[in-house]
Amino acid sequence: MVELALPKNSQITGGKSWPKPQGASKLTEFRIYRWNPDDGKNPSIDTYYVNREDCGPMVLDGLIYIKNKIDPTLTFRRSCREGVCGSCAMNIGGTNTLACTKGMDEVLVKGVVNVYPLPHMPVVKDLVPDLTRFYAQHASIEPWLQTDTAAPEKEWRQSKEDREQLDGLYECILCACCSTSCPSYWWNGDRYLGPAALLQANRWLKDSRDERTGDRLDNLEDPFRLYRCHTIMNCAQACPKGLNPAKAIAEIKKMMVERQI
Amino acid sequence: MSNPKTHHAPMRTPLGRVRGLGSARSGTEHFFMQRVTAAATLLLSVCFIVIVISLAGSSYEAAKATLGHPIVAVIILLTLLSVTTHMRIGMQVIIEDYVHDEGKKVLCIIANTFFTVAVGLAGAFAVLKISLGG
Repeated sequence: MVELALPKNSQITGGKSWPKPQGASKLTEFRIYRWNPDDGKNPSIDTYYVNREDCGPMVLDGLIYIKNKIDPTLTFRRSCREGVCGSCAMNIGGTNTLACTKGMDEVLVKGVVNVYPLPHMPVVKDLVPDLTRFYAQHASIEPWLQTDTAAPEKEWRQSKEDREQLDGLYECILCACCSTSCPSYWWNGDRYLGPAALLQANRWLKDSRDERTGDRLDNLEDPFRLYRCHTIMNCAQACPKGLNPAKAIAEIKKMMVERQI
Repeated sequence: MSNPKTHHAPMRTPLGRVRGLGSARSGTEHFFMQRVTAAATLLLSVCFIVIVISLAGSSYEAAKATLGHPIVAVIILLTLLSVTTHMRIGMQVIIEDYVHDEGKKVLCIIANTFFTVAVGLAGAFAVLKISLGG
């Protein structure tokens, strides 16, 4: 059966409360998931206080403040700090999102910013999930232009209208917020490709320049790879770029029916 | 369960694991049929409810005569076919979602098929028996 409860060694126990910064008039409380693979202990929730007068407004600013000024062992991924790289995807205030584009005041639950790693993924350390399988799933849909016709001297041509077909698809930054918010991906992530990989699959199915549409559909036509999507819509709710993976998956299913009828 | 293509052998590459045994090249039939039977059941169940309400309080002979009418009998048979087909596919999806042990999963799917076929045929037999005046 699927795992509905956390395994014993993943259950959260206790946690440390770090002292409040001296002389700060406006504080925001952070409760952050901590797990260290080296100490053999269960995960815990540590409490930190961020001095808002000495810190930017975003959750990522708060995390960087904590790492720089309170606890340098706090581990998380971050890079662009403007919602382009997808590195700082984590579960904030109960929703998967990017720490860099989410304001602290937007996610307060009873005055607290709760930060966990992306759900149902193996944790490398603290807020860093292991995304190996997620990237392999993206690789499996072969996300590149495939043609048999010899490449033109200059470029593959595409009409303005055909290019517009890719809007709402090409913007995906592969942050994994959608896939890791999907219960179907939690239960069957080993065989279901997940919303992110399927949105990317649709991006290449829709590309007017691609000549392998049929092969791409063949590779997706599977009760698990594609049809584990039950239109739960958590993906669309979570996407920090405002994309709609559920709609992209529905369009793939439509193509599947279209080529049979 | 020792098939290295499906079993998560630690030395296997992540891409090899994701590709597994490849695409089953199926699933669209179930997806489409589930929607067709949903639409059919919506229409048929309205007729079915009307039939049941019209039979409320009527005598045994009157009920038998109504069910003996070819249109009524066919509507009930179609309802049975549509509902049991929908039920079978829906339950199979739930089994595939939640039962991960391959052996148990196959057993559950077979049991699901047996159950829905048995329920459907028993219902059809009952309708036909009444309708054909057995």
